[in-house]
Amino acid sequence: MGRFLLRRIGLALVTLWLLSVIVFVACEVMPGDVARSILGPTAAPETVAALNEELGTDRSVAVRYGDWISGVVRGDLGESYAFRRPVDEMIGQALWNSAKLALLAFVLVVPLGILGGVVAALYEGRAADRAISVGGLSVSAIPEFVWAVAAILVFGIWLDVLPVTAQAPPGSGVLTQIEYLLLPALCLVLVLFGYLARMARAGTVEALDADYTRTAVLKGLPRRTVIRRHVLRNALLPTIAVVATQTGYLIGGLVAIELVFNYPGVGRLLVRAADQKDFPLLEGTVLVIGVVYLLATLLADLAYAYLNPRVRFGGAAA
Amino acid sequence: MTTVDDLAPVVVHDSGRESRRERLRVVLRSKTFLAGAVVVGIWIFCAVFGPLVVPHDPYADDILGKLQPPSTEHWFGTDRLGRDVFSRVVVGARDILLVAPLAALLGTVLGTALGLVTGYFRGLTDDVIMRVVDAFLAIPVVVIGLVALTAVGPSRVTVVLVIGIVFTPIIARTVRAAVLAERDLEYVEAARLRNERAPYVLGGEILPNVLGPVLVEFTVRIGYAIFAIATLSFLGFGIQPPAPDWGLQIFENYGLLSAGDWWPTLFPALAIATLVVGVNLIADGLTQAFER
Repeated sequence: MGRFLLRRIGLALVTLWLLSVIVFVACEVMPGDVARSILGPTAAPETVAALNEELGTDRSVAVRYGDWISGVVRGDLGESYAFRRPVDEMIGQALWNSAKLALLAFVLVVPLGILGGVVAALYEGRAADRAISVGGLSVSAIPEFVWAVAAILVFGIWLDVLPVTAQAPPGSGVLTQIEYLLLPALCLVLVLFGYLARMARAGTVEALDADYTRTAVLKGLPRRTVIRRHVLRNALLPTIAVVATQTGYLIGGLVAIELVFNYPGVGRLLVRAADQKDFPLLEGTVLVIGVVYLLATLLADLAYAYLNPRVRFGGAAA
Repeated sequence: MTTVDDLAPVVVHDSGRESRRERLRVVLRSKTFLAGAVVVGIWIFCAVFGPLVVPHDPYADDILGKLQPPSTEHWFGTDRLGRDVFSRVVVGARDILLVAPLAALLGTVLGTALGLVTGYFRGLTDDVIMRVVDAFLAIPVVVIGLVALTAVGPSRVTVVLVIGIVFTPIIARTVRAAVLAERDLEYVEAARLRNERAPYVLGGEILPNVLGPVLVEFTVRIGYAIFAIATLSFLGFGIQPPAPDWGLQIFENYGLLSAGDWWPTLFPALAIATLVVGVNLIADGLTQAFER
């Protein structure tokens, strides 16, 4: 278990370092001239040169990367060009807001998705299964911002039952905050449901087909007991892994959702940074998103290993 | 969004023309496939012939007639510049149906090449490339697309390039899994013993046998490409004004929702929804046929 954990963390660190290179190249090498890309094609060459000197972007790429990454390792992500504030501070606040929204979406979608998948598997091939599988897939295929405008239109304006901005007034209690976050969370739930249900369905179908299930049925256990004790226990394992991989996808979904609902989370911060060509803020945000994703998958691997003795005792999946 | 596919890689063995014909029959009998094909077919018709059949010029402003609700003159109403929403929705099919499949195609070609090489050679090349792939996969497609398009500047060409390149590692993973299942089979062994060179073994022997999963992956990726490009356009980093692109139309008009002007937002939203669902039904039909 210890070695498994060390190996996993080591791999995550390598991935993270590669990610930092990719992000840095995308932000500071691809545009060529950073100041030029901020000021636009009409700015005078002297202005561009002056801004490059001020931002430190007149130095060589290697020096800049070294400078940036050594700061990142010490937890210093630099200062935002546009807002003149430390990037880590800005991301910290936004991350907390996004986490609240993501948590609400997960709390809603995980039981729903698992329930849908298990029901579909128990009625495999019949109408209920087709409805959940094809319906879930279709609902997932529609981009979040399309759901967001639909949700605002139906619940926020035509029925007028829920607020159309996601941020509750300052000092609101938990319930008010949840009320404000309900519509954006609903959009995330719609997009995540299909994948989760599909995984839960696949796991359940496999477990229903397994020898131990047949043995349990043949030795005369009631169907209920077989499903609860033999099928579900084994079926939910792969679903746990999927829940975590969806974290990355969830963050992608947050970008558009937070913009539509004007919610000050990581997604809106990212779009703002991109709009303003605020490269330190952009790099920091993307890197933090990568860290969150890797942490989530790491936790999922650990949970999976803990629940699955074959992995725990040095099996194939490690 | 990506790892879901990896958990259950589709690996099929093709046994000649007979099974291919059988598979085609299965696909054509599938109701989901046919429903998807009809919807996508309508949008393709709009993309090709749209400009010839629409009642108004999709680019013509009419500031005095802005934000008119749907009527017999303007079926879907007019937007904030007085442009006819119906004409813009019909002609708007063109951008997304050109850009998204091209991006998916680029990603499939590059990803298949990468997957063949890494799956066949294994070893250090494989390890290094797969780590880079993992790093790419740690970031949602929309986020990395946003960063890259900020750097290179958004246009139709850069959107195709960026989405194509972002899809490459994802497709490479699927193809790699399929190649791993093939590389130790006897026909590959035989080719190697004949002293065939690696490019021939990869392109002439293994590739034809993994075409099934590649085709399924390509169709699924078109759906994801529409999803990603529509989202990027909505964020303002995809297709640029004044194009009648659907995501861009929603971006330009969704602020008017709370004022009650729903038509310039709702109709392009419905267009995106029907197109992605159609493409996904087609992909679902193909997947089912190939998994048999």
